Amino acid sequence: MWWRSASFILDNRPQNDVAPPSRPDSLTLSPPTMADAALQSPNANSAYYQTRAAHHGVVTSDWLAQAQAAAAVGRNPDDQGSVVAAEAEPKPAASESGKPFSVIVEFNNWRKQPDLAEAVAAIRALASVIRSSEATTMMELEIELKKASDSLKSWDTTSISLTAGCDLFMRYVTRTSALEYEDFHSAKSRLIERAEKFGEISTKARRIIAVLSQDFIFDGCTILVHGFSRVVLEVLKTAAQSKKLFRVFCTEGRPDRTGLRLSNELAKLDVPVKLLIDSAVAYTMDEVDMVFVGADGVVESGGIINMMGTYQIALVAHSMNKPVYVAAESYKFARLYPLDQKDMAPALRPIDFGVPIPSKVEVERSARDYTPPQYLTLLFTDLGVLTPSVVSDELIQLYL
Amino acid sequence: MDPRRPPRTVIDPKVRQVGFFAAPEPIASSPPVSDISPSGNSLSPVMIPPPRHSSDAARPVLFSPVPPASPGRRDSLAPSDLFPASSPTASSPCADAECAFSPGRPLRSNSVRPAAAVTMSSSLPGRGFDLTAAVTASSVPATGLMKIPSGFSVKNAGKARNASVEVENEQGSNSKPLKEKTTKAERRAIQEAQRAAKAAAKGEGKAASVVSAAASASVNVKPHKATKAPTVAASEKKGGGGERPVEKERKKEVPPPRMQYDDTSRVEKAKRRSVVKQTEARNRVELFRHLPQYEHGTQLPDLESRFFQLDPVHPAVYKVGLQYLTGDISGGNARCVAMLQAFQEAIKDYSTPPEKNLSRDLTAKMSSYVSFLIECRPLSISMGNAFRFLKSRIAKLPLTLLESEAKASLQSDIEQFITEKIILADKVIVRHAVTKIRDGDVLLTYGSSTAVEMLLLHAHELGKQFRVVVVDSRPKLEGQRLLRRLVGKGISCTYTHINATSYIMHEVTRVFLGASSVLSNGAVYSRVGTASVAMVAHAFRVPVLVCCEAYKFHERVQLDSICSNELGDPDVISKVPGMEEINCLNNQANCGNLQPLNLIYDALPSDYVSMIITDYGMVPPTSVPVIVREYRREQLWM
Repeated sequence: MWWRSASFILDNRPQNDVAPPSRPDSLTLSPPTMADAALQSPNANSAYYQTRAAHHGVVTSDWLAQAQAAAAVGRNPDDQGSVVAAEAEPKPAASESGKPFSVIVEFNNWRKQPDLAEAVAAIRALASVIRSSEATTMMELEIELKKASDSLKSWDTTSISLTAGCDLFMRYVTRTSALEYEDFHSAKSRLIERAEKFGEISTKARRIIAVLSQDFIFDGCTILVHGFSRVVLEVLKTAAQSKKLFRVFCTEGRPDRTGLRLSNELAKLDVPVKLLIDSAVAYTMDEVDMVFVGADGVVESGGIINMMGTYQIALVAHSMNKPVYVAAESYKFARLYPLDQKDMAPALRPIDFGVPIPSKVEVERSARDYTPPQYLTLLFTDLGVLTPSVVSDELIQLYL
Repeated sequence: MDPRRPPRTVIDPKVRQVGFFAAPEPIASSPPVSDISPSGNSLSPVMIPPPRHSSDAARPVLFSPVPPASPGRRDSLAPSDLFPASSPTASSPCADAECAFSPGRPLRSNSVRPAAAVTMSSSLPGRGFDLTAAVTASSVPATGLMKIPSGFSVKNAGKARNASVEVENEQGSNSKPLKEKTTKAERRAIQEAQRAAKAAAKGEGKAASVVSAAASASVNVKPHKATKAPTVAASEKKGGGGERPVEKERKKEVPPPRMQYDDTSRVEKAKRRSVVKQTEARNRVELFRHLPQYEHGTQLPDLESRFFQLDPVHPAVYKVGLQYLTGDISGGNARCVAMLQAFQEAIKDYSTPPEKNLSRDLTAKMSSYVSFLIECRPLSISMGNAFRFLKSRIAKLPLTLLESEAKASLQSDIEQFITEKIILADKVIVRHAVTKIRDGDVLLTYGSSTAVEMLLLHAHELGKQFRVVVVDSRPKLEGQRLLRRLVGKGISCTYTHINATSYIMHEVTRVFLGASSVLSNGAVYSRVGTASVAMVAHAFRVPVLVCCEAYKFHERVQLDSICSNELGDPDVISKVPGMEEINCLNNQANCGNLQPLNLIYDALPSDYVSMIITDYGMVPPTSVPVIVREYRREQLWM
């Protein structure tokens, strides 16, 4: 899979390096919150979505605290316990290994970089596991690596890309001729080399996707974007830089309002942006030429799991015959096969309605939904532009 | 683009397929017919039952090197060119002996076997295969390629002359108009090769005598050929030989024709050498005339009485055949396991006749067993795959192996196939599928599938809380047995007939189905009625999960249930036992305008399938070809 990465497309093009988006200070989150989120056990709320909210939400630490408090009061009594448990949680992980190094701490360090995808952070963390390993045999190293990836995966079960990234990494690193080296050290250095290469490919993926998708953005088109996806932003940024004329409709992206953040970024690029509330999608759909979404995970059926609301946008787009394009790096390909919306581990998050909600009222707190493949037109990945059915082919070739 | 793209939702597939079929296509000029995919050379349910006895006379001759003969060159053209449609007649012994992977024509070696006039479209594949066989048979350089089949066919024709003169005469007259239509390029290819062979073989005198003997035997068919050859050869000079390899490649792709039962002459001939005497059903449905339709219930006593005359069939195989015939063994896995175990027995009792090669003789024997089984009941696709596996294993046996070792290794191979591909596969499927059952689910299943039954029992053992709806249909009412076992284990069940599917579907959360086979385009070939259940489920937005072991996957593509199917006894649907008051059709059986139809299988388009659960995991139906591509090869030809 990786060796087939379409990275050649980058070589052919003049590299117009994009500086990482400079965020106004008001938008970055305060470090303590980040640490909180990192330390918090993901039992109640999805750590993945908390990170996302922290990175991309305009709302800052106070809402997180506020929401947490609100949740503790009314809805979810066991939240309190989890907060307490969260304090204690990382410590056993560190002490259990008996070493100063902990993969989760490492992972969280990487994760703090807002520009780094979670899977890439996991890959980096696992690579550093290899580096700092004191194992003396290949088998030992593999077991250690397996343990590390398992603990990473169990740390946040709601994050699909984390799980998928770990699996892929294990596959990529251990399925190698490195095991044939007689010398353990050369084999190990080869593993590290591979791990680094993998991390590099993963970080390059976004550029590849951006370049691949340029053919689909034509002058004068209107693009509907849902949620804040770094890949989609990269795609739009590349299009804007190559002087394409297009406008973007951003959904608001409740509850973490990631759409506001995206519109902000696009406005900085001088792209005409219009903000919609999430419920105005059908109203505006006839003006839209294509829908662009990112993905939290791409599943075996070729469908995607993404921020709540993607499914309904895809349904509306499908009924109006508008293409739905998904931009997703291939490390998000997961060995999951949900049959319907409820067929996934729920990822919950707090939702702030602005007013107190009576305790009798139930709130749907799920953070994501599943869009079946028949509503997707194409997937832009670093392996190339794929139809949904190819995803499963890639996964079969990789895992079986 | 993508088969699961929007335009192909609910209504589309049917319409599109019908449209596709309605389009009148010049079939005569397009050799590969779409539903005979490149894999058509496996045993399929409607395959012609090949002759049971391999011609022992022909076999040894086969591999004796036929010296390229100069005078024989033109003569040698005669059989292959004269019977363009029926090349198996003389020259395909090479094909089955060498190409052990082509169960499609397992035993056509009998040179006496009458060749029927086939339609033009099937004549091309026939010949194409012939040449291919020649290529595989002899790894001699290209110049020598053609001489072996042709030379052989001459000899063979000579031997067979006595037996089949009248057939060939008939053939000669039959195929004359056809002959003009065989592509010129093909004839050119043969002739050029033969000219080359002649050049290479100048000076070898011995051959001349052999072939001239044959030539004298086939004198009645030769003359017009002899006059014709030079002219074509002359034209060949101009048309460069560069296209020849391409031609050959193309022919290699073309599968052998399948038996079409509406072809009277072929059916006649197939019948003449069959063991099981089937009587044709009188009132046959027009659309399904290409499938075998027999009167049921007549063959069994006859077959039983002839038990002691049928020495070539091993008793274990014979027993299994009878069980197929009476329906005592049914269900894809059960039939396949029974067949394999019978073969295991047969291999155990097998001893190579003197002067024979184990792998060739055993292949021939196995093929004759299979053709016996086909006569009892058409082979299912899974059985075809299993037999293909066995044949490839026999062919792969190293020549140095002792007979006892070879037999032991084959038996253990069969054992391994049964455990790995069927028993373990089922366990893996259950393990995957059980993750899709949640507490509170209502699962619907249709008919009786072993995989689904295992799944339900396993889920129950795990303590999942669910309810089962067993949908059943006449005439087999297989669901009742399943129901009995499920209820016995304490699973709460609902039993209903297929008529009530749409009523019950709204409370169902998952539909689990078994399959007889899954085809390359994702179509699920299964017990008749499965498609309607799945379509109702799709209309109600209920996910449809198909449990199917990967050994049942087949690379064929099928768009409808008409091209390939099996017809059961029509009486069982027209008569309801124990219900005298509604049996008003009793006396109508011979009525000319009543054509009862009892289909056994149907094909469910992939659009209605949410997921296929195999031993390789859960895959979307679009990924079936990937699995076939990635794993079939390694299973069969590693």
